Amino acid sequence: MSDMIEIRNLTKRYDGVAAVDDVSFTVEAGQIAALVGTSGSGKTTLLRMINRLVEPTSGQVLIDAEDTHNLPGYLLRRRIGYAIQGHGLFPHRTVAQNIATVPRLLGWTADQIRDRVDELLTLFQLDPAAFRDRMPHELSGGQQQRVGVARALAAKPDLLLMDEPFGALDPVIRAKAQDDLRHIQRQLGTTLILVTHDMEEAVTLGDRIAVMDKGRLVQYGPPSEILTAPATPFVRDLIGMRERPFHLLSLTPAHAIAVDGDAPGAPIARDASLREALAECLWSGRSAVPVEGGGIVTLAALQAHAAPTARAAE
Amino acid sequence: MTGRLLLAAAVLFLLAFLLTPTSFAWLFQPVTRNNAPAIYTQTPLWSLTLSHLALVAVAVIASTVIALVLAVLVTRPAGREFLPLARTVTSVGQTFPPVAVLALAVPVMGFGAGPTLVALFLYGLLPVFENALAGLTGQPPQVAEAARGMGLTPRQRLTQIDLPLALPVILGGMRLTAVISLGTATIGSTVAAKTLGEVIIAGLLSSNTAFVLQGGMVVGIIAVLLHEGFQALERMAAARTGLNR
Repeated sequence: MSDMIEIRNLTKRYDGVAAVDDVSFTVEAGQIAALVGTSGSGKTTLLRMINRLVEPTSGQVLIDAEDTHNLPGYLLRRRIGYAIQGHGLFPHRTVAQNIATVPRLLGWTADQIRDRVDELLTLFQLDPAAFRDRMPHELSGGQQQRVGVARALAAKPDLLLMDEPFGALDPVIRAKAQDDLRHIQRQLGTTLILVTHDMEEAVTLGDRIAVMDKGRLVQYGPPSEILTAPATPFVRDLIGMRERPFHLLSLTPAHAIAVDGDAPGAPIARDASLREALAECLWSGRSAVPVEGGGIVTLAALQAHAAPTARAAE
Repeated sequence: MTGRLLLAAAVLFLLAFLLTPTSFAWLFQPVTRNNAPAIYTQTPLWSLTLSHLALVAVAVIASTVIALVLAVLVTRPAGREFLPLARTVTSVGQTFPPVAVLALAVPVMGFGAGPTLVALFLYGLLPVFENALAGLTGQPPQVAEAARGMGLTPRQRLTQIDLPLALPVILGGMRLTAVISLGTATIGSTVAAKTLGEVIIAGLLSSNTAFVLQGGMVVGIIAVLLHEGFQALERMAAARTGLNR
């Protein structure tokens, strides 16, 4: 299974100026941590120090209590999946060859590699027979992105790092890609650290959110905590006051607050978020919507959930 | 399509002319004077052509190898400071007139193919070097980042990613070098290298325009064919990397 990642006092200085300043946090095995911040906040530098694409000035990265500094950088990187914005697929290699990059470096047999490539293509809903031998430029943006993530997962890494993996996708494909990633990550149990500037993405995907500002980690906690108790004005700004209640609603599935009762109209899915339930209420003019499998979600309950702790605190 | 037909016609014409030059005497008769011979027959044209091509091939391969090695070295972190030096060396090689190289090399190497090879080698460094440099440094940044992030060693990145992706551009440099060398090699005959220049020089010495024309014509047709051949290779290499040109 996956490993716990511990980051201890990680610092990177360029000419005496700290790009990342004494950052420490822990990601539990199988969880998703989202690093958010504005550009220049140091989040990408922090991510690239985890696989030592950037050598830390000081501090440690521990994977399952083992200091990664004991490994040469390129060997460490073969153990850690890495997916970046704009996918970075090798343009002169087929989809299968791209996915096989790390397994080949690790000396897997041809049979093992072929099986793994087909398994991953199937997992990412790309028909192996149709896609195996295609070149990257023959794929759509969404398909390229999926192959990029499949390549990062090829050697069954315990840790996957992603730098704005959905940044180049249009909104419709991005939402689908986020859903798929969440699904696949749960299925494989891979620990995931993801860099994004999009709070919405962080809230949707993250089990924990780390907010970075000017190289420092200003807050680290579950999305609900970040949303309801922002540690600094910067975190509050990053969330955006207009979006805050909707972010909060998107964290809870409808069945969690469903109560007995009857409501007219078409039901919503059991694990649809409260945000979707609210949208449905508003659009159809109903004060309650039924949930598939029994129960209803009322507008009043949604209202209560849109800001419970925050309202009590203010 | 018409381009291909023209090329095929050029190949056929060239082969026919080289194998039976005398049957084309009528073509060159009008430019001769005083009943001078219309076709150069001292040395068979096909044998001059073959040695001319061999000379060019050796020179192009040598300058490609050295220019590639230089380009790879100066794009490594340890060799970066030698970039200006390598640029100067290859530029001087290009600006120094080949005739002057011949004049300097003959006293050292004697007459024959040697001095010509040196001149062509120096003359051909620059295009391959500059193109290889552009190819090796002009990779999409995400590709380089992904290659490092996957755990490829610097050597693996060079051989598996950088060089294959730079191949079309490097071939472009080789094309320039080959075409330039093909023309320049003719002057090698002034120092007794066996090239098609022999025909041209014989024509100049005996004021026989027909010789000059047929020597120049053969070189010219081969230059066009070389150019087209390299371009076809470049297109194939570029198609493999997904770059459309």
